[in-house]
Amino acid sequence: MSAAGKVFRYGDNIDTDVIIPARYLNTSDHKELASHCMEDIDRDFVKEVKAGDIIVGGRNFGCGSSREHAPIAIKASGISCVIASTFARIFYRNSINIGLPILECDEASKEIKAGDMVSVDLSTGTILDETTGKKYQAEPFPPFMQALIKAGGLAEYIKENY
Amino acid sequence: MTMTEKILAHAAGEREVHPGQLIMADLDMVLGNDITSPVAIREFPKFGKEHVFDRDKVALVPDHFTPNKDIKAAEQCLQVRQFARCECISNYFEVGEVGIEHALLPEKGLVTAGDVVIGADSHTCTYGALGAFSTGVGSTDMAAGMAIGKAWFKVPSAIRFNLAGKLGPMVSGKDVILHIIGMIGVDGALYKAMEFSGPGVENLTMDDRFTISNMAIEAGAKCGIFPVDGRTLAYLRESGAKEPKIFEADADAEYERTIDIDLASIPPTVAYPHLPENTHPAKEGKDIAIDQVVIGSCTNGRISDLRAAAEILSGRHVHEGVRCIIIPATQKIWKQAMHEGLFDIFIDAGCVVSTPTCGPCLGGHMGILAKGERCVSTTNRNFVGRMGHPGSEVYLASPYTAAASAVTGRITDPEDFI
Repeated sequence: MSAAGKVFRYGDNIDTDVIIPARYLNTSDHKELASHCMEDIDRDFVKEVKAGDIIVGGRNFGCGSSREHAPIAIKASGISCVIASTFARIFYRNSINIGLPILECDEASKEIKAGDMVSVDLSTGTILDETTGKKYQAEPFPPFMQALIKAGGLAEYIKENY
Repeated sequence: MTMTEKILAHAAGEREVHPGQLIMADLDMVLGNDITSPVAIREFPKFGKEHVFDRDKVALVPDHFTPNKDIKAAEQCLQVRQFARCECISNYFEVGEVGIEHALLPEKGLVTAGDVVIGADSHTCTYGALGAFSTGVGSTDMAAGMAIGKAWFKVPSAIRFNLAGKLGPMVSGKDVILHIIGMIGVDGALYKAMEFSGPGVENLTMDDRFTISNMAIEAGAKCGIFPVDGRTLAYLRESGAKEPKIFEADADAEYERTIDIDLASIPPTVAYPHLPENTHPAKEGKDIAIDQVVIGSCTNGRISDLRAAAEILSGRHVHEGVRCIIIPATQKIWKQAMHEGLFDIFIDAGCVVSTPTCGPCLGGHMGILAKGERCVSTTNRNFVGRMGHPGSEVYLASPYTAAASAVTGRITDPEDFI
């Protein structure tokens, strides 16, 4: 599994209210949610994002509410991977459960710049900033989560095992 | 082992667990609301189970956009209602019975000490006040929980908060948790358990503890848990909860760090926009004029919160141009406040009293902010756009501070009213 695209860069503590404001939570339609993704901090995101693009955040990405609508909106907007220094725990679980690839890598989170072209090998966690030529290695997922991802998400994993 | 580790070990059928270990734990309650349940209900068939694992261990609480704020919200509530009927869910609460989930479940005796609870709502960590392990998850986890009655957890390491002393007058649990978040930051307890202990615990009311546990997530924590004492047991008896399972941290339990907190030293505290860690003593806010005050939510909509607000508002009036919205968290609290005469005080003071709803806390309805408006709120988050326009501002505070600020029209230390 791999991903490649242009980087949208955001800071620390990007919360679920800016990823998808609660005023749009009266729907769970993926496309509708995606059409408002990040709008309270970046009105241009929705206009500019293309399939495959990558979000790079800082610390505690996805903090706040448990709304699964947040990773759903990001995934449905075309983002192929989110790289951050750390993720808030519910966002982390939700992303794995719905199949939005996420990688924790402090160095990449600090160094990769907005607009850089980045490619990611999701099976190894290798991140390549094609603009600067620098390579990064993300934290590997524990085996249990790898099994979850491999099964295609939580529903498939549970159907197979319970 | 820590208290959290002991509860998780018991629920996973293990003698011992260690931080970092991945476990499958049995669940005592699976919770969802009108925003998160529709997504879970849509996912549920994918788990290959015909029905929910136990109709008494699922709680569906449509509290966010209710009474239905618009057609789309009404349709989401309809989906939840239909699923609840179809699955004969015992703990479904219609408007008229419904209250804010994290005030409602403890009040109805649906959580007891030692339980393991997941909820598709980040403030599910509230039940740590009862000595339960409870944590927020997403809708897919909720669907899995409804299907098999289990959830996976990475056993968290823990930070111990050693509480000593007594809170000063006009200082409450909200000031304690804001003070702690200001100290450790919004990711200060990321992936970890916050365990509260020490001689100061007995001086905290159950409502103080609910507020403190409720905002553990605002420090990134997986749970915020209190030891079980006489106050907990009295609360559980009164609510008709199941027999408590009491777990205590071992004397040699390992914590990542211990933080000593002197409750007497905590001033009325306010978190400025746009992060709960951005805390200041309330007395520094004199120059900040406000447009609205909200007193309510899963954090501060309980009876002692309303009494605190009434103590300040009694015989006074909200400042000209300030809107003060008061939201009792449940029907029981509403009735109690009415019988105690608190509504007379609120209405005479120029406040409006709403039916139970999460409404304004997350910018849903019942008190949305316009561009440039400022609100002092007893809710839990002050992110950009949280209560309305992205150009509005939310200042988080206790009911005492919020009520005092409503009277003066500026952020005000309630100690000025003593």
